[in-house]
Amino acid sequence: MLILECPYCGVTADETELAAGGEAHLKRFGPGSSDEEFEGYLFHRQNPKGVHFERWRHANGCGKWFHAARCTASLEVFATYTAQIAEPPAEVIAAIRAKRPDWSPE
Amino acid sequence: MSTRLSSGGRLVNRSATCEFTFNGKRFTGFEGDTLASALLANGQTLMGRSFKYHRPRGVVASGAEEPNALMGIGKDGKFEPNQRATTAELFDGMQATTQNHWPSLELDVGAVNSALPRFLPAGFYYKTFMFPRPFWKHVFEPVIRKSAGLGKAPKDRDVDRYEHFYAFVDVLIVGGGIAGLQAALTAGASGARVLLVEQTAAWGGRAAVDGVEIDGQAAGEWINNTIQELKNMSNVRIRTRAMGAGVYDHGYSLVYERLTDHAPETGGPRHRLWRVRATQIITATGAIERPLSFAGNDIPGVMLASAVRDYVVNWGVSPGDRTVVVTNNDDAYRTALALLDAGLSVPAIIDARADVTGDLPQALRARGVDIRTGTGIATVKGGKTVAGVSVCAQAGEGAATDEIACDVVAMSGGWSPVVHLWSHCGGKLIWDEDHAHFRPDPDRAPVTHDGTAFVRTAGAAHGTMSTLDVLDSAAKSAIAAVEAAGFKATQHDLPLTNDVVEAPMSPVWMMPQGAGPAKRMKMWLDYQNDVKVSDVMLAAQEGYESVEHTKRYTTLGMATDQGKLSNINGLATLAIALNEDIPQVGTTTFRPPYTPISMGSIAGEARHDVFQPIRRTPIHEWHEAHGAYMEPVGQWRRPYCYPRNGESHDDAVAREVLATRQSLGLLDASTLGKIIVKGPDAAKFLDMLYTNMMSSLKPGKCRYGLMCNENGFLMDDGVVVRLDDETFLVHTTSGGAEHTHGHMEDWLQCEWWDWKVHTVNVTEQWAQIAVVGPNARKLLEKLGADFDLSAEGLPFMGWSEGKLGGFDARVFRISFSGELSYEIAVPASQGRVFWDALHAEGAEFNATAYGTEALHIMRAEKGFIMIGDETDGTVIPQDLGLGWAISKKKEDYLGKRAQERSHMTDPKRWKLVGLETLDGSVLPDGSYAVADGTNANGQGNTQGRVTSTYHSPTLGKGIAMGLVLNGPDRMGETIQFNKVDGSTVATKIVNPVFYDPEGEKQNV
Amino acid sequence: MRRYSAFAIAREAARYHQGWERAWAAPEPKKHYDVIIVGAGGHGLATAFYLGKNFGITNVAVIEKGWLGGGNTGRNTTIIRSNYLQDPSAAIYEKARSLYETMSQDLNYNVMFSPRGVIMLAQTHHEVRGYQRTAHANALQGVKTEFISPQRVKELVPIIHLDGPRFPVLGGLWQDRGGTARHDAVAWGYARACSDMGMDILQKTEVTGVTSEGGKVTGVETTRGFIGCTKLGMVVAGHCGVLAEKAGFRLPVESVALQALVSEPIKPCMDVVVMANTVHGYMSQSDKGEMVIGGGTDAYNNYTQRGSFHHIEETVRALIETFPMISRLKMLRQWGGIVDVTGDRSPILSKTPIEGIFVNCGWGTGGFKAIPGSGWGFAELVAKGQSPLTDAFGLNRFREGRFIDESVAAGVAH
Repeated sequence: MLILECPYCGVTADETELAAGGEAHLKRFGPGSSDEEFEGYLFHRQNPKGVHFERWRHANGCGKWFHAARCTASLEVFATYTAQIAEPPAEVIAAIRAKRPDWSPE
Repeated sequence: MSTRLSSGGRLVNRSATCEFTFNGKRFTGFEGDTLASALLANGQTLMGRSFKYHRPRGVVASGAEEPNALMGIGKDGKFEPNQRATTAELFDGMQATTQNHWPSLELDVGAVNSALPRFLPAGFYYKTFMFPRPFWKHVFEPVIRKSAGLGKAPKDRDVDRYEHFYAFVDVLIVGGGIAGLQAALTAGASGARVLLVEQTAAWGGRAAVDGVEIDGQAAGEWINNTIQELKNMSNVRIRTRAMGAGVYDHGYSLVYERLTDHAPETGGPRHRLWRVRATQIITATGAIERPLSFAGNDIPGVMLASAVRDYVVNWGVSPGDRTVVVTNNDDAYRTALALLDAGLSVPAIIDARADVTGDLPQALRARGVDIRTGTGIATVKGGKTVAGVSVCAQAGEGAATDEIACDVVAMSGGWSPVVHLWSHCGGKLIWDEDHAHFRPDPDRAPVTHDGTAFVRTAGAAHGTMSTLDVLDSAAKSAIAAVEAAGFKATQHDLPLTNDVVEAPMSPVWMMPQGAGPAKRMKMWLDYQNDVKVSDVMLAAQEGYESVEHTKRYTTLGMATDQGKLSNINGLATLAIALNEDIPQVGTTTFRPPYTPISMGSIAGEARHDVFQPIRRTPIHEWHEAHGAYMEPVGQWRRPYCYPRNGESHDDAVAREVLATRQSLGLLDASTLGKIIVKGPDAAKFLDMLYTNMMSSLKPGKCRYGLMCNENGFLMDDGVVVRLDDETFLVHTTSGGAEHTHGHMEDWLQCEWWDWKVHTVNVTEQWAQIAVVGPNARKLLEKLGADFDLSAEGLPFMGWSEGKLGGFDARVFRISFSGELSYEIAVPASQGRVFWDALHAEGAEFNATAYGTEALHIMRAEKGFIMIGDETDGTVIPQDLGLGWAISKKKEDYLGKRAQERSHMTDPKRWKLVGLETLDGSVLPDGSYAVADGTNANGQGNTQGRVTSTYHSPTLGKGIAMGLVLNGPDRMGETIQFNKVDGSTVATKIVNPVFYDPEGEKQNV
Repeated sequence: MRRYSAFAIAREAARYHQGWERAWAAPEPKKHYDVIIVGAGGHGLATAFYLGKNFGITNVAVIEKGWLGGGNTGRNTTIIRSNYLQDPSAAIYEKARSLYETMSQDLNYNVMFSPRGVIMLAQTHHEVRGYQRTAHANALQGVKTEFISPQRVKELVPIIHLDGPRFPVLGGLWQDRGGTARHDAVAWGYARACSDMGMDILQKTEVTGVTSEGGKVTGVETTRGFIGCTKLGMVVAGHCGVLAEKAGFRLPVESVALQALVSEPIKPCMDVVVMANTVHGYMSQSDKGEMVIGGGTDAYNNYTQRGSFHHIEETVRALIETFPMISRLKMLRQWGGIVDVTGDRSPILSKTPIEGIFVNCGWGTGGFKAIPGSGWGFAELVAKGQSPLTDAFGLNRFREGRFIDESVAAGVAH
């Protein structure tokens, strides 16, 4: 039973208060994109055993979507941050590297 | 034989007797007894039968680790099988029955005599029962199933209640022995919120039994003082009969509190499951004594040395008159002392160690007890009771040197820390050579959300054994825990204790060391599941070398005690067989719960009507009062139809349809999803959300729209209303409001976050009623409106708002039935009164409430699609002839790119058509249109399927819709649809609009 | 291989079972194999078995990081059924089910296939229509199923409560030849048969890298050194994404935790398998007497083999509603497994961008029942490059939008 802190309302929420939404920072491909791009966008997911950027919604709370950087092997949460951003902010990358020196973003 | 001693028993109240029955026999015990101690006090040593061989079983332990003495307790709605007699507190009127035997405990025909187990070694069932093939299901399996299983299944509905508690604490301490108490004292002093839980009814664990003294106080006194001190701390909560059941991620943990098991006549819930969110957890869960593996170690009367001591000291019960103690460590000598102090006989102590030099053995020697060093038990004599033991050299192969008569064997193979809670969430173990046990590795603790350790251990659970070390480890763990939780700890001075010097134990995994195969077949590891040393060795011999393979092949540790007694002995045996070190072999995985917890407690109060929330419209009670047959639609209940005076459902539906088509029908459509989409970019947003163009919709108008997911599939549909330039009201399907609203928010927050749009789900703010039929306008006019209701003033697909019969109403002129139809929304609080008013004023038009089935039929008669019928998550709008609702002008909408993929544009996709059987019958639901031949896998080919099928009361025949290969180009063609019996129904492909194809009725 | 039989047991009993030989060998790896299968779970071992049995390919190694059968094969709820809606699913699951019928005899290892019957409860009108559709599809697919009335459900499952206040039972889809089998025995039986054919099962051997030259596979790096191969089958369930990454391509899968639990054993009280998809719970009784209960999956990626307790709560609630008597049973043990879920929740049995590498994954929550069919089809795909059983399960379907969506009728659980 995970706990994540909603970066909007500041509530430390149980997993049952939240809804998981899969990989974060997907780039949308619409009309005009190639079959390969579109397939990748819809189906190819990072599935790392380790650091994962993912979407969560504070569904039974303030209703806001946010992002989390989390380890899928230890379930450690490195940071939660705004959903209105195209890639993880530098301080989140730094927080992860402080804990996982060997890790580097793709 | 076992009996009650004339005095003693620190936990029993001799002035309060309890009458109870055991297999119908009447017995008497005392308040404070467990069922097991009371049975022993009454001379009842036979308490059960084993799982596989149905061997006689006596109680072997005194606590949660008991594998043998399992009983059914209670009757009818309060009967529960498989309760451990050692943890069932006795109460007046208890009814206990033994299990897994027929016809009786004493005479069990299922018992396998001493020769047969040879033919039933580990995994024998994998090697036989294969021929003839049908015999497994019809002969072998039923016999095996009947002889397996333990207690009887409860027959009646549970009459008890259960509840959940939530607790948020800084430190959860599991275990109320002196380690847990010390940890609570230290943690409590820091001001941290502490919850201390103890699984039994008594505080203090083993300390009082073992004669511990702390700071000059006897253990009992220290425990009482400490409890008092803890009770005085407002930040500390303490609970007995509360077991730490499991530790989960991020400090979530479960505590299982048994509130009334010991007093079932008291009111209130039986069990309470605490869902604790703890910043830090300290497991002070103690240790469990290990049996020794010698031949005949399963005969009733062979018990753990600590259990023998517990029965004498705690309950004033003698398990027998003459007890032989067999051990590899000094602790078991405490049992001999306790027995002597109680006036009982200890004819010999058999110690596998060559040198026995500790303080305790010396004390026994001084009292003249015969201590046999370097010896072991060659075999235990007896059947349903112990008659004696034969002694041999531990180092040899088991040649008996002499025999000692006795009726109890008290064995001790050393102690294993209870590491379950530590391990549940990933804590790792290390092998401790000195004590020959696995203990928690503090460097590899479970980690919480921030990557730091959140579980610590104290006392024997930590692997420490002396009183001083126990208290020291507890204080240190508590200090570390509160500091990790952000509190400042005060240091504690080490107490003075009366620890004696104990000589090292010596690991003994088999007794005697060189026992041959015949003896190994009589050395039990897992008493309940009848797993012996020979079985584990056979598993290793056959290549089941992983500890998990061995466990699964032999069923070692899979009984209801989950290997509490057998695991370490079993894996040590495996290590010997593989010639590997024990740590190399490793352990199996510890999984919650620590001991079994009731299903009732897991479910809590969520049962029956509150199993899941039911959503009710403002008109719900009217439906129920009018005999509606309700169906679940998402979390809603909707009337399917309103049968009158013994009408069948079909008749009721037909009546509702005809009344609506002929005059006037009323539908409670309040469950329809209603979402406000507002803002400067609202129109642009809806253009992305819907396949059609919504930005061109004029205020005052309604438009039907289709919503797809990004994968192209039709997701929801409904009527969009433009309330003003910047405001839209989006209608969704009944089940789809929450999902659609979530979908909108997802795109607005995560993709188009710079668009200025706000959405609100207002589904429950409005009651919505469809007024349908040729007399619909007349009814509205009769009610009276302050806006124009005429065909011109409120045309088809228009809407108006104002006062209607005194109600604040929005009137949408839309139709899902093909009739003249209005959907009227009023504030939810006015919904019921409005509904009543419609019925009162509509009486002259035979206003008839209709349900979902009539709704479905009328829409099918008109060829309108229904999400969930014509769609199933694999259908795109293009399949349904809805091309008119897909904008060709828009560059983009959700699902557009997906619909360009090759399979989506394949001309062979099945397309929507109407279907009519040649004989007028109703096509079966779910029927497929058959095609010639079979595919590469031998399956019959198909060319379409039914999506909706009904008897049309209006047309008096079966009508259906379906998706058919090239369907729209095959109008008039007859194809065959299948039935489950293998026959087919000849069916004609027709236009899906069966009723009023010109739309004259709705457009008046 | 010495045959197992009652006679053999009697013979061995006379000598305290000292004569039983190893069920499978523990060989050193060879330098090169015709085919390497990574993953000695049920699917991997079945693939190896049918490579040998159907195609005579026996120069095969099955490489396993831990112990064989230690993944989801050994931690599922052992349900076997083939009442699937879509043709490709019904084909592979029915092939599997029919192979289960004779598996004990084929492997000379009793896997205890128990065709006791499976009921999927319909608890909404929508579900009734969905299962009626499945029954019609099954009739054409050669899968014997039947939609049955609530009364018939009650006859088959006397402990069921039909008229729960929330979701009354409206009927059920009944497959009388569905059932259960002993999960470990399936892996052990295949392993023994593979070893007997001369294949090498390499346990405690982790694949650390996949090597290829010119777009063609050449072998694997392992903790026991480099092992060459001509063809490579990846059959590692929840870890397929990690392994694919090592080979240099990505798969449309995500790994999540699925949970299950068992009660303490009780005497027989339920003779069939019951699945209730509306309320998300399914239950059967094992031969040992435990009620075996399946729970839900977490919605987030997870490699820990544990999950969140609220799923257990939801499942137990649902089952107490359906079977009130279980309220006074006790949960003995709960556990989790890592399942790999694809974009359409159907499996992938496919060629990959690298020649000679084939992947078999994405079985999600329903893999156990497919083991023999999956092994049969995947062996044919590896041996011949094509199989009618696996054709529809190729990776290309995600690009083409040609999904195999079973959620249509079957809800979430398997």
